[in-house]
Amino acid sequence: MVEDRRFGDFLAYVILTLGVLIVAFPLYITFVASTWDASTIINGQLPLYPGPYLLENYHRTLFVGTSSSTREPVFNMMFNSLVMALAIAFGKIFICILSAYAVVYYRFPLRMTAFWLIFVTLMLPVEVRIFPTFKVVADLGFLDTYHGLAVPLIASATGTLLFRQFFMTIPDELLEASKIDGAGAFRFFKDTVLPLSLTTIAALFVIQFIYGWNQYLWPLLITTKDSMQTIVIGIKKMIVTADALTEWQLAMTTAMLAMLPPVAVVVLMQRLFVKGLVDQEK
Amino acid sequence: MAAVKIDNIRKVYAGNVEAVKGVSVDIPDGSFCVLVGPSGCGKSTLLRMVAGLETITSGECSIGGRVVNEVGPADRDIAMVFQNYALYPHMSVYDNMAYGLRNRKTPEVEIRARVAEAAKILAIEPFLQRSPRQLSGGQRQRVAMGRAIVRKPQVFLFDEPLSNLDAKLRVQMRVEIKRLQRALGVTSIYVTHDQVEAMTLSDQLVVMNGGQIEQVGVPTEIYRRPQTTFVAGFIGSPPMNMLKARLERGGVRIGGMVLPVLGLKPGQAEGSEVTVGLRPEDIVAFAASDQGHRMAVDFVEELGATRLLHGSFESQTVVVQVAGSQGFADGSQIGFSVPAEAVHVFDTGTGVRLN
Repeated sequence: MVEDRRFGDFLAYVILTLGVLIVAFPLYITFVASTWDASTIINGQLPLYPGPYLLENYHRTLFVGTSSSTREPVFNMMFNSLVMALAIAFGKIFICILSAYAVVYYRFPLRMTAFWLIFVTLMLPVEVRIFPTFKVVADLGFLDTYHGLAVPLIASATGTLLFRQFFMTIPDELLEASKIDGAGAFRFFKDTVLPLSLTTIAALFVIQFIYGWNQYLWPLLITTKDSMQTIVIGIKKMIVTADALTEWQLAMTTAMLAMLPPVAVVVLMQRLFVKGLVDQEK
Repeated sequence: MAAVKIDNIRKVYAGNVEAVKGVSVDIPDGSFCVLVGPSGCGKSTLLRMVAGLETITSGECSIGGRVVNEVGPADRDIAMVFQNYALYPHMSVYDNMAYGLRNRKTPEVEIRARVAEAAKILAIEPFLQRSPRQLSGGQRQRVAMGRAIVRKPQVFLFDEPLSNLDAKLRVQMRVEIKRLQRALGVTSIYVTHDQVEAMTLSDQLVVMNGGQIEQVGVPTEIYRRPQTTFVAGFIGSPPMNMLKARLERGGVRIGGMVLPVLGLKPGQAEGSEVTVGLRPEDIVAFAASDQGHRMAVDFVEELGATRLLHGSFESQTVVVQVAGSQGFADGSQIGFSVPAEAVHVFDTGTGVRLN
């Protein structure tokens, strides 16, 4: 402990408050900008307090769309992002929990080789293998589809690793007791491993949902139709550099909207998430 | 209920490690068999082979006359209690006990009846809806036993079930396991490294060492006539005194003392080196040092009901157990004598009993 506790506490609070302000201020400016009209922002004299256009801006962004560049209503983009993020999160959990189960509980030839092959893919994220992946997806006719958006991002070494580490902490005796109780491999998985993994699943869900929601490069490559674009791509397209004026109030509104679902996921699953990463009760 | 026959079973692990080296035991129907030995002696491996959790390298294991080498653990009609209880942490006590029955498609009405019955026997009725996390070690142990009982198996297998409990609870649960086994009459195999548990629980005691059986028999017989120095030293507390001696006509000589030996096997060469075993409680001690043989007491260990006199005789350590009422002081000289029937003689080289 710090010797002078009151001073230590005070200092900690000052640093903490500064940190919060540094993080929160841009967010606040984004929010304020989303409540004014275009001319106020273009003037370069954005007030530090919210303006009167909140409802109008949000309604227009969600259901009407901008007047230039991308005319897709943001609601559709959010839906696309949501489908993609959920598909990636659930797909990853499904694939990872099964592959980890196989690696931990089955003795098959080249078991460790299989594990290491999965592990090595950590070194090959989408950005590295983007051309071959694009080629495969294009040849399969997956361009501008939801599975085209999600499937190539589903396989994950991180998830397999996380589940493997967790499974290795489950005592062998539980498996043996299950065997004696007449539970086969599938029953043991369904009745024992799955319920015990809930917190780990929650943790992985939070991480992967945000990973999926924030995807930029991959959706940019494989979606060409406005109706298939995700919200992250949408923001980028709204900020035009040539010819037209950027409707900053709408771009800012979209940015605010883009932040909501990840925040909601984190807030709602925080307790499970922390539990999954910290104390794994057996 | 069924008899268990273990016929020349061997277990060889990868890397040619032989954990169990050809073991045969016949466990009669309804009896309580305890496998005891130091850690790494193969007793747990043997139990796990009976359970079907380890494959049998060679030999045959049969339960109720049926060879089960190739039968899965669920179909061997056995139940096992594990050292760490192995309760399903996410299920209630009731579900823990019902799980095996549900997997066997037992009707829910019968499950309820059987769990209620087992819970009553084990006095865990108030905890049925709790999760294992909320129970104490002793209660968890009861639930683990309940899970075994509800199945009404042919054989109970216990893998050091009491070693995670504190000393007081261990004694209490030991009595309960014995009472339960008597009441249910189910053939049981129990693995432990604790020789007190082994002595108190078993109808049939199997002492193992180094993957082999040292001796099989009823506990009193093993205690009274250990067949090897290993058994003699392992069973009994405080352990048997082992003294270097020389074989003579009609007895063994330890320094100036000659002890008579009863029933010495024929063909022993006079003058050969032997080991003499004397149980601390068999040695009779006298306060007067001119009575019997003479020994110096280094110190006295007080145990309440009894006292242990640590001394040396002919520069070999000897422990003598006397009643708590007998007064002896540190550093005193005492006299002692040994009844002829209390003298165990072993071959020093092979460790085999010679009388």
